[in-house]
This record gives sequence, structure tokens and C-alpha cells, in this order.
Amino acid sequence: MKKPTRPAIYGVMAEFDNPTDVVAATRRAYEDGYRRMDAYSPYPIEALSEAVGPHKERLPLIVLIGGIIGLIGGYAMQYYVAVWNYPLNVGGKPLHSWPAFIPITFETTVLGAAMAAIFGMLALNGLPEPYHPVFNVPNFALASRDRFFLVIEARDPKFDREATTGFLRSLGAQEVADVEH
Amino acid sequence: MASRVDEPHDDLIHVTPNPVIEPGHTAASVTDKISALVLKRKTPLAWYIGFFISFSLANVLMFTIAYLVTTGIGIWGNNWPVGWAFDIINFVWWIGIGHAGTLISAILLLLRQEWRTSINRFAEAMTLFAVACAGLFPLLHTGRPWLAYWMLPYPNTMNIYPQFRSPLMWDVFAVSTYASVSALFWYVGLIPDFATLRDRAKSGAFRVVYGMLALGWRGSARHWHRYETAYLLLAGLATPLVLSVHTIVSFDFAVSQLPGWHATIFPPYFVAGAIYAGFAMVLLLTIPLRKFYGLEDFITLRHMRNCAKIMLATGLIVGYGYMMEAFMAWYSASEYEGFMIKNRIWTGPYWWTYALLILTNILIPQVLWLRRARHNTVLLFIVALVISVGMWLERFVIIVTSLHRDFLPASWAMYRPTMFDWSMFVGTIGLFFTLLLLFIRFLPAISIFEMRTILPGAAPKEEG
Repeated sequence: MKKPTRPAIYGVMAEFDNPTDVVAATRRAYEDGYRRMDAYSPYPIEALSEAVGPHKERLPLIVLIGGIIGLIGGYAMQYYVAVWNYPLNVGGKPLHSWPAFIPITFETTVLGAAMAAIFGMLALNGLPEPYHPVFNVPNFALASRDRFFLVIEARDPKFDREATTGFLRSLGAQEVADVEH
Repeated sequence: MASRVDEPHDDLIHVTPNPVIEPGHTAASVTDKISALVLKRKTPLAWYIGFFISFSLANVLMFTIAYLVTTGIGIWGNNWPVGWAFDIINFVWWIGIGHAGTLISAILLLLRQEWRTSINRFAEAMTLFAVACAGLFPLLHTGRPWLAYWMLPYPNTMNIYPQFRSPLMWDVFAVSTYASVSALFWYVGLIPDFATLRDRAKSGAFRVVYGMLALGWRGSARHWHRYETAYLLLAGLATPLVLSVHTIVSFDFAVSQLPGWHATIFPPYFVAGAIYAGFAMVLLLTIPLRKFYGLEDFITLRHMRNCAKIMLATGLIVGYGYMMEAFMAWYSASEYEGFMIKNRIWTGPYWWTYALLILTNILIPQVLWLRRARHNTVLLFIVALVISVGMWLERFVIIVTSLHRDFLPASWAMYRPTMFDWSMFVGTIGLFFTLLLLFIRFLPAISIFEMRTILPGAAPKEEG
């Protein structure tokens, strides 16, 4: 199979100065058939992440698995040490004294789940990511201040440099710029 | 602005007498003002004075530790029967202070208390540094801190393992989990703000360092969604964690057989005390911060008032704890319990510490019932200081008065802290403030991205 040729640019970026416009524009772009796009905002906007398209919610499952690993690991560690590897007979009390193992099991459960939440989130987001084309647009520095951006990637089948730029202009963008690779 | 945008925010900003943010701020002004604290603003003289004092005290800590490690824990006043003294008093005191940070960042987030936004970053930093100070005490109390890893279960040639049925082992796991989760929670909260600083920094070195810390964060809507999910899940995990940590700390006492320690009221009463002391520390730190850095717009009287109310409520729970200790001593009809409480309150040599405890922890804070007191920052600062002393005295009373008179009169003794007990304690206060001042200088002390979310107009208008 032939390797697809790399498009000349990464995509086209539209800049908005308020959250309402960027959400509306993103919805319009999705309705228009664009799929390979992403929106950028200085703070989380629930409507915006819904507007860029449906996505699988995988993080909660990862956190659950992390918690279960912590739970089983923590309890198994104590059971192994207290019953098998280093049994101490204290006045004939049972070696498998499970109530005394609960506090540590609880802590390892929380630790496992919290680690899974943080590292799972970073991994799913592909962070750390030292380079990304969107930073090539000088105005993009304002994405961490008070501006909102919508980027349609050139890899999108519907992408056409002229038409997409015109489309974004029609959505009330302050400015539309090409994003270099 | 159209009328039906973000009603909840409008309510917060305009209707309540003291809003969370003073009106007139925008995402741009919030960003510029908070990032300027780190990037542009001249460091106030008060910062240098504070840093000089705290760094000097941190050096006192360094010399104390050097002497302690080379000589042994005999330089402390610990004896038999008071084998646990300043090291555990200060450990519990510091850990407790840390708890308010987690309460603000996690529990108040779940309860949708938006006012927490401007103080949560700061309070989380306070948690981390308080836990660091707390950890020093048990670590050095081992006498040979370089062998502290023996507390961890790992296969070793000595063929021994830690005792998992001991509350002291539970403590090792609880405190290390708490420290790790708090540090990660704090860092995750900082990532979007590191991106803001990266994009604002003028000097190359700052841009590189903040850029690396930001991990390439670009504010993508998909990223934000996972970020928010992770943040909420972490808050949900940190909430039971923080309650478990002080519960387990209280088990160090409650699981023992000693009168004065062996009490079922300990876990809830310790947790309430921790939050009480922690909010006092939050006020002790934010009152000067907002003044010297001109942050009255972001940390408003509403924050002061809410912190004061939480202190009042938790202080009353602590008061209930004291009452129940005395009541159970009588109701249990145990001779030893009865003796312990009588000795603690009026017949014993440490009666005055109990009297001071009631004065500082219960009586003086009642001034917070007055609305005017809750709005007077100078008075609040003084009350917070008094509560910090009171909570320290509480641990002194619980630990020393219970130990110095145990079952056998032949083993009774007095405890007196030595100079090195004090220099170690004062030194950790120095370390705490040194770290905190460095934090204010180099990191955004207020969460910038969360502040943007509570501004009017932050939520998109829905058409139709």
C-alpha cells in the first residue's frame, strides 16, 4: 500500500474571543462533516469537548483497575508475609488476622487508583508531548489566557485549504491562520 | 451580556455581599495578575524579610538534625515512661495542619464550593510542606534514619518483615500514600498553569523550565475532558484518604491500652482537630499573603468568613471530644480512666497545660460567633494563631499527661523538653515557611485556570 503523502500544512486554525462562538463553530464543523479537529480553550468547557465529537470514556475503567490492583496487591502482601513467609505466633491468635490488614489494604487501594488516574490521564492525552504544530501559530500563546481556538486538520478527508478556511471565516472567527507542521 | 448567562456565577459575583472574585475581572486580567506574581512583579520586601527569618530557622533545624544524628536521640527530653514526646506531638500537629489543604482541594470541590478555587492551590502546597515537616519526626525518632527503609516490606537477608498488625505500620502506609497522592494531585492541578506561565514567560530559562513542567499542555478540549475526569476522581479518592490518614494517626493511640489513649472517640475527634488546625494555618498564611501581594480581589472577605465558620464548627466537635473523654472516664467506672482524667485536669503536675488548652482551643475561638470578628482580618489572624497553639497543646496533653502517670506509680516520671526538642520544632516551622515562600515566588499561588472558570461569562451561552 502506498504511504499517504503528508499534507503541506498541519491544518487551519480559527481564533475566537468568547466561549459561545467557539462551541457554536465546533458544532457547525462537526455537522458539516469534519472529524479530524480539535478545539482549544484556556479552561475546561464541557460543551466544547462534547462538540468536537463523541469519545470513549476509558479513564474511569483504568482507575477502577488501578484500585483493584492496589487492593489485591496490598492484601496479598500482608497475607503472604503474616501467614506464609514470617508467621509470628502471638498468644495463639490467628495468623490470618484480616481486620488488622484492612487499613493498609485501604491505603494501597487509594494509592493504586490515584496513580492510575494521573498516569492514565497523561497517557491517554499523549503527554508529555514536547512538540505540537499548533504552537507554530504565534497567537496560540493566548490559548492559555483568554482566547479559544478551533483547528481542522489537513488529514481530514473533507479538508480543502481554501474551502475550509472560508468555512471557518463564515463562522465568525476573529482570525483564521494556517498551521505549519 | 445577555441576561441568562451563568446564573450561578452571577449570583456568586453580584448578589452576595462579599463575592469570591471582585467584579470587573476577566480571564485576561486574572491570568495577567496571577502570572505576574511569579513573572513580573517585584518581590515585596516582606518576602525577603520572611525568607530571611524562615531560612535562618531552617538552618537551626539543619544543625539540630546534624547533632541529633551524630549523637543520638538522647539529646531530646524523652525518657521512661514518656518515650513519645515532642517527636509525636509535632508529627501529629503537622499532619493535622496538612489536612485542611486536602479538605479544601478535594472535599470542597466535590461539594461544589466554588469559593475554594482561589485558596486551594495554596492550601495544597501547605499540605505538602506540612507533611514533609511531619515526616521528619518519626524518621529521626528511629534514631538511625538511614535504616528507615527497614519499615518497608521487602525481601531481605535478615529474613525479617514488618508487623502489619501494628498501627505504626499502618501509619507508614497512610502517611506515605498521603504524601504521594497529595504531591501528584498538586502537580496535576499545576499543569495548565505551567502552560500559562510558559506562554507568558519572557526569559528563556523560565520558559524552558515551565515548558518542561507543563508537559506540552495545549488546552485541547479532549485533554480537558480527561483532565476534569481525572481531577474529579482524584478528589473522590483523596476525600476518604484524608479521613483515613488522621484516623490511622489516632489509632497509634486508640489501639493501645493506655488510659487517656484507649478511646473510641479518637478517630472522628482527631479528624475534626486536624481540620480545625489546618484552617487556622490557612488563615495564618492567606491573611498576610493577600495583604502583601494585593490579592484582596481574589481572596476576599468571603473566604475569611467561610474559613472562620469551618473553624468554629470543627472547634465545637473538638470540644465535644474533650467532653466525651471526661464523660467516658466517669461512665466506664474504670479506676485508671478516672485517675487519668482527674490527673490531667486538676491534680496532676501538667494541669496548667489542660487549662491553657481549654482557653486557647475552646474559649477564645468562640469569638468567631460574632459576624464582626469573622470580618476582621487582624482578629482572625490572632485567633488562628491561638488555635494553632491550642491544637499543639492538645497533642501535648494527650501524649505527655497520659504517659507520665501510667498503671505503676513506681514508673511515674516528669517530662521536660530540652533545648533540642525546641530547636527541632522551631526549625520545622522555619522549613515550612521557607518552602512556602519559595512556592509563592516561583509557582502560581492561585490556580489560574480554575479562577477563569468562575468568572462571569465563562460558560458558553446556549442558543435557543
